[in-house]
Amino acid sequence: MQFWLTQLLNGLSFAALLFLLASGLTLIFGLMRIVNIAHGSYYLLGAYVALTVVQATESFLAAALAGSLTVAAVGVVMQRAFLSRFYRAEQAQVLLTMGFSFIFADLALWIWGGDPHRLPTPRALAGSVDLGLTFFPTYRLAVIGVGVLVALFLWLLQERTRLGAVVRAAVDDQEMARGLGIHVDPVLTGMFAVGAALAGFGGVMGGPFLGVYPGVDSEVLPLAFAVVIIGGLGSLKGALVGSVLVGVLDNLGKALFPELSYFTLFVPMAIVLAIRPTGLFGRA
Amino acid sequence: MTEALRVEDVHTYYGDSYVLQGVSLRVAPGQLVAVLGRNGVGKTTLIRSVVGFTPPRSGRIRLRGTDITHLPSHVIARMGVGLVPQGRRIFPSLTVEENLVVAARPDSGDAWTLGRVYELFPRLRERAHHRGNKLSGGEQQMLAIARALMTNPTLLLMDEPSEGLAPKLVLDLAETLVRLKERGLSILMVEQNLPLALRLADYVYVMSKGTVVFEGTPDELRRAEGVRQRYLGV
Repeated sequence: MQFWLTQLLNGLSFAALLFLLASGLTLIFGLMRIVNIAHGSYYLLGAYVALTVVQATESFLAAALAGSLTVAAVGVVMQRAFLSRFYRAEQAQVLLTMGFSFIFADLALWIWGGDPHRLPTPRALAGSVDLGLTFFPTYRLAVIGVGVLVALFLWLLQERTRLGAVVRAAVDDQEMARGLGIHVDPVLTGMFAVGAALAGFGGVMGGPFLGVYPGVDSEVLPLAFAVVIIGGLGSLKGALVGSVLVGVLDNLGKALFPELSYFTLFVPMAIVLAIRPTGLFGRA
Repeated sequence: MTEALRVEDVHTYYGDSYVLQGVSLRVAPGQLVAVLGRNGVGKTTLIRSVVGFTPPRSGRIRLRGTDITHLPSHVIARMGVGLVPQGRRIFPSLTVEENLVVAARPDSGDAWTLGRVYELFPRLRERAHHRGNKLSGGEQQMLAIARALMTNPTLLLMDEPSEGLAPKLVLDLAETLVRLKERGLSILMVEQNLPLALRLADYVYVMSKGTVVFEGTPDELRRAEGVRQRYLGV
């Protein structure tokens, strides 16, 4: 029982990180039809920038802000200067963003070196909580809470505001949205910035327990894509459910059958796709 | 007097296919002009050219005298062109009310508000919180018109508004259009429904193979039996 609870919570805290990554990816992928291979790099950059800032200021909050905003700025430049020229040209996008991911990886190696780092756990969230059956790190519980809050915030923004309705209109039918006088381009750039910032924030939140090291970008990216594909393109609900599924499965797989961990993750994904090719909550 | 819309010798391509081969037409302020013709003669492309979805390769389009030929669609829409597209194109994941709110342009005058649109279509108020994909064809058509009105247009472009509607609903549609005209709205309507067009229009164009082959008043078209048989199949 204790084992299962610990694994479940571990899985959920990883799911919260995945949600931060995948919610941005699914919005960018679903709304803007941009396949962004550099999305994992946003996670990496967010974590490294936060590392530098936390070393300078000793404030985790400042580090989280700096990591998210820096990555948002990087995302805006990528979208406006490069990706906006390749609307619906998937091959060009994949090559371009893959190139960016190499550049970012090398840049990070050059600036922060090849040693693994770990962001310090914020002091207020150090230690463990007694859950009766087991002790669980406070910080990881907080990560789950942050994931839930971000999901709630995004859902309210999307479903309960005019801006959210404009975004959904642009997802449904971009041309028609333009035909009604909606200037879609700044909406798209804003979406991209939010998606990038969430990935960067994910890197910051993951920093204290997963660490940051060269290659973490390409480790998280396939998982984020698995979440998006299982959940369905462009669906926040899908990203949430997909994150929980992938987070928990990946954790259990690694704990129970470490040598088969990719198998336990991608077989369920293949099954979902066989039954629902558009993902759990995707639209055709 | 400047026309609400003037299309001058417009040539439009869809990729390699040469669809509009020199089309000219005019809509006077407050007029309802109908464009008739069989499927595939370029009627929808004409509408798409005016709103900037498929800009013409040559020719000029003027809105109240201003050249809008190569402006982006959202700018054209904000200059007062309201679009009721073929197939309605209601945003399926938005509620009825959201479909209206995203189109609202309060800065361009207060002629049309949510309240006034609901007065025109009380049915939409009842359905305000239903998603766009849960509406019947008739409700979708009302919503498409209401949504275009929310942009406070001076010119309404309608692409086959009667398509797929039951006869009773076509009558309702006709009544709505009469009321909109009474409010001074200029309307360019593309239609296959000849009786509807003849009943409502002030002026009629008939298109074939990307060009205008007839223009005149509805009475003139009623008398031009050759045109009707040859180009409209009636």
